[in-house]
Amino acid sequence: MAFDYDKYLRPGKLPHIWCPGCGHGIAMKGLIRAIDTCGLDKSNTAIVSGIGCASRLPGYVDFNTLHTAHGRAAAFATGVKMAKPEMNVIVVGGDGDGTAIGGNHFIHACRRNIDMTYVIFNNFIYGMTGGQFSPCTPTGHKASTTVYGNPDPVFDISKLAIGAGASFVARTTAFHATQIDKLIAEGIKHKGLSVIEVLDDCPTTYGRRNKFRSVIEMMERLKTMAVPVAAASKMTAEQLEGKVLTGVLHKEEKPEYCEQYAEVIKRAKGA
Amino acid sequence: MSSPRIEVIERYCKGCSICVEFCPTKVLEMDGFVVRVAKPEACINCMQCELRCPDFAIKVHAE
Repeated sequence: MAFDYDKYLRPGKLPHIWCPGCGHGIAMKGLIRAIDTCGLDKSNTAIVSGIGCASRLPGYVDFNTLHTAHGRAAAFATGVKMAKPEMNVIVVGGDGDGTAIGGNHFIHACRRNIDMTYVIFNNFIYGMTGGQFSPCTPTGHKASTTVYGNPDPVFDISKLAIGAGASFVARTTAFHATQIDKLIAEGIKHKGLSVIEVLDDCPTTYGRRNKFRSVIEMMERLKTMAVPVAAASKMTAEQLEGKVLTGVLHKEEKPEYCEQYAEVIKRAKGA
Repeated sequence: MSSPRIEVIERYCKGCSICVEFCPTKVLEMDGFVVRVAKPEACINCMQCELRCPDFAIKVHAE
């Protein structure tokens, strides 16, 4: 049965600004289905973003939304969560916004293990600002600022999140549409910081500079590069060359920041 | 069981053709820059087109 996205969308906002074939729309639909699965109350849910293509998402959805400064989504979201710990806080943003300009906010949100869900749309490039390379642009690939090929090694966002202390980390791709909502829903239910990395495609600023002939070719790439965690354990290092692991990569129970802070307030009041 | 009704919201469709390429039974085809339901009777209600449409432009209504 067709899913009723309309009840979560602001009327009159579609069509969205994302380019033909951009995976952000697929990821946004996954996020909406996850919110529906978890039964989150619109008035008790905040969706926070920074700047960028992915960060336009809060403009389309009918929740409490914040569209903030470049890279600062996690900082604003932390403020929302600290002021209203009962609120469901979801952060959305791209790889440039989250891991370059907002890299510090991202790692410290992970370190604090504050109870939020960070959905990071990794399209391997800065899309909106003109196709500059991001920390996730593959080595050797071209961007508007690396016309001879990117010399930098890349960030593995999921590993970065695990290393920084996030207690739930998962990854999927825009091709694996049904997995997106399952992982985001699991992240929303998890107590602590959940990071869900969705690999997607940017046909306009990344694809055309890197000889992807079509959106379909980019989707096929996402399909073939993804290896489920369970399958990867049976594969050799050579077979895993150039692949990325998908599914739940890390899950642990550890103290959550708002609860820890509430204890501090109690102690300060002499309780 | 009758075939599902496939609704295309042409105003939203940007013609990326993801739905056309990944439909396992080739129900859809491109008509210029907009998708068209060419073989509705072949639809198996797998929902892949609706799930992968980035533009909210396709809905599969199972009867």
